[in-house]
Amino acid sequence: MRWLPVFKKEMRLYFGSPVAYVVFAFFLLISGWFFSQIFLYYSDISMRSFMQPGMGQNLNITENVMRPLLTNMSVVLLFLLPMVTMRLFAEEKKSGTIELLLTYPVRDGEVMAGKYVAALVLYILLLVLTLLYPGIIAYFTRVEWGPMFTGYLGLVLTGGTFLAVGLLISSLTENQIVAGFGTFGVLLPFWIIGWGSEFAGGTFRSVLQYLSITEHMDTFSRGLIDTKDLVYYLSAIALALFLTLRSLESKRWRG
Amino acid sequence: MRAVSRGKHRDAPRPDSRRGAVCYTFVRPREDRGFAMIEVDHLTKRYGPVTAIQDVSFGVEKGKIVGFLGPNGAGKSTTMKILSCFMPATAGTARVAGFDVFADSLEVRRRIGYLPENAPLYADLPVADYLDFVAEIKGVPRRARRGRVAEVMDRCFIRDMQHRLIGRLSKGYRQRVGLAQALLGDPDVLILDEPTIGLDPKQIAEIRALIRSLAGQHTVILSTHILPEVSMVCDGVIIINRGRIVAQGTETELVEQVFPAARVEVRVAGASGDVAQALRAVPAVLNVELLPSRDGVQGFLVEAARDRDVRSDLASLVLSRGWALKELHQVGMSLEEVFIRVVAGEESPDAAVVAGDALAVEEAPAAPEDR
Repeated sequence: MRWLPVFKKEMRLYFGSPVAYVVFAFFLLISGWFFSQIFLYYSDISMRSFMQPGMGQNLNITENVMRPLLTNMSVVLLFLLPMVTMRLFAEEKKSGTIELLLTYPVRDGEVMAGKYVAALVLYILLLVLTLLYPGIIAYFTRVEWGPMFTGYLGLVLTGGTFLAVGLLISSLTENQIVAGFGTFGVLLPFWIIGWGSEFAGGTFRSVLQYLSITEHMDTFSRGLIDTKDLVYYLSAIALALFLTLRSLESKRWRG
Repeated sequence: MRAVSRGKHRDAPRPDSRRGAVCYTFVRPREDRGFAMIEVDHLTKRYGPVTAIQDVSFGVEKGKIVGFLGPNGAGKSTTMKILSCFMPATAGTARVAGFDVFADSLEVRRRIGYLPENAPLYADLPVADYLDFVAEIKGVPRRARRGRVAEVMDRCFIRDMQHRLIGRLSKGYRQRVGLAQALLGDPDVLILDEPTIGLDPKQIAEIRALIRSLAGQHTVILSTHILPEVSMVCDGVIIINRGRIVAQGTETELVEQVFPAARVEVRVAGASGDVAQALRAVPAVLNVELLPSRDGVQGFLVEAARDRDVRSDLASLVLSRGWALKELHQVGMSLEEVFIRVVAGEESPDAAVVAGDALAVEEAPAAPEDR
């Protein structure tokens, strides 16, 4: 359990510097704007459905508010989470503190775990703050808590993947800007790769679909937990963390 | 074992060859030593094509303080990085407290306190929080943590800075916070890379006294550019140049190795005849050099075998000839002279090539950072 000190140190650094507050403020502002627009639009539609019978048949708070909100939030996270992970190793390498960190009696894996869990906890705190939106919905109408839970689980897994990739890229460079943009550059193709599946056929189509992060996130936001999607996210996280460990080891050998 | 060349530097021992084994490195036989806390055996580290250290071997006894001397880029930091388990060596072995730095890295890391060059610390943490983190990661039990942190803050004189952010501290304070984190966990071995750099004279004195007080309980290996510091603080000296150990031992041993002859300065007035010739005839005198005369008083530098004190012989000679003896004293050899002689003696053969090499090696510690 020697990852705990590293975890605590990272949390102190997140909240001791403006990083956590800037990330929180930015994300809540953007997602709040999305929520208010989507929710106002939904109430507008439901109002009109009173006038025109039949129009309200397909209206559903999960389908029409939560699902687009969660999808939009995951796109914003694609831009935001690289900012959370970029400093984790890059800053330590730049300032030389990694030399001390890697000579304390902890395994490289424990150092990495401490850092990853810190980023993940920061992210989950952020998600907890966004529970305000379902809370507002619940004030006006009935919320389907089941699909909402799976939607948030999907967000945690998607974000967890972004953070693991970010941690890996951060361990490869000592420049935080490069780490941030590099992470974004690696994640973006996985986001848009699904678009290609529209025009591809056969096996290629299903491969593109499987690789797409959007595809897997969508299942969760519709209220489904599919092992296929769980495997996708968990294996991506495991691969990124494994490569991070190798990168740390190689850093030692090269000095 | 010692190759004495009668070239530019009379009596200066030289390596057998520029690239070959070092001739006046001497390692005492195992049984003569106490328990070796640090054992380094033929350690070599290459960064790609650049060799940072080559065939470095030495041992440090328990409770001793050893100074690591050498010009910039000589390989001091590289050796310390290997000893602290930050990076593995290309070849050779190093053992700390009996554990191999590569195979039993965690065991070694539990027993060392390391202060890297320039004391890299987290600028965004307050001093006390930072030290608390270090105590925790080094496995100091929760209950003892507060006390231990307070104790090292007192020892390093940073108590009054404990709530400041490290990034706001002056260089001297940051250096002392670095030393404090090395002391946490009460490690057997301390590896300090330039511990007094950036400190003012008063702080230097305090830190030296602190390091000195560690002797006996702790084994310390420190690197420095300040030669008198080694004389003041260290029990033994290792001089490293261009990746190789060129001399090691206690200060007295080094002086005797590098300057096999004792030196006596004689100043004589009213001399008639060839004084130098007469002095040279005294038994055990090896060589006499003329020193610049001052106010008509001629000075001579007499080199004589160490096993015999020639001063009384010299005095009676001068008096018996009826010359006026103005001055007669032994010239002490400082570590500085040893260092310059050893390092310069290494580099003199073909200065151009050496200068190029030195540059290449100097880049080595910075080069490994990957992009």
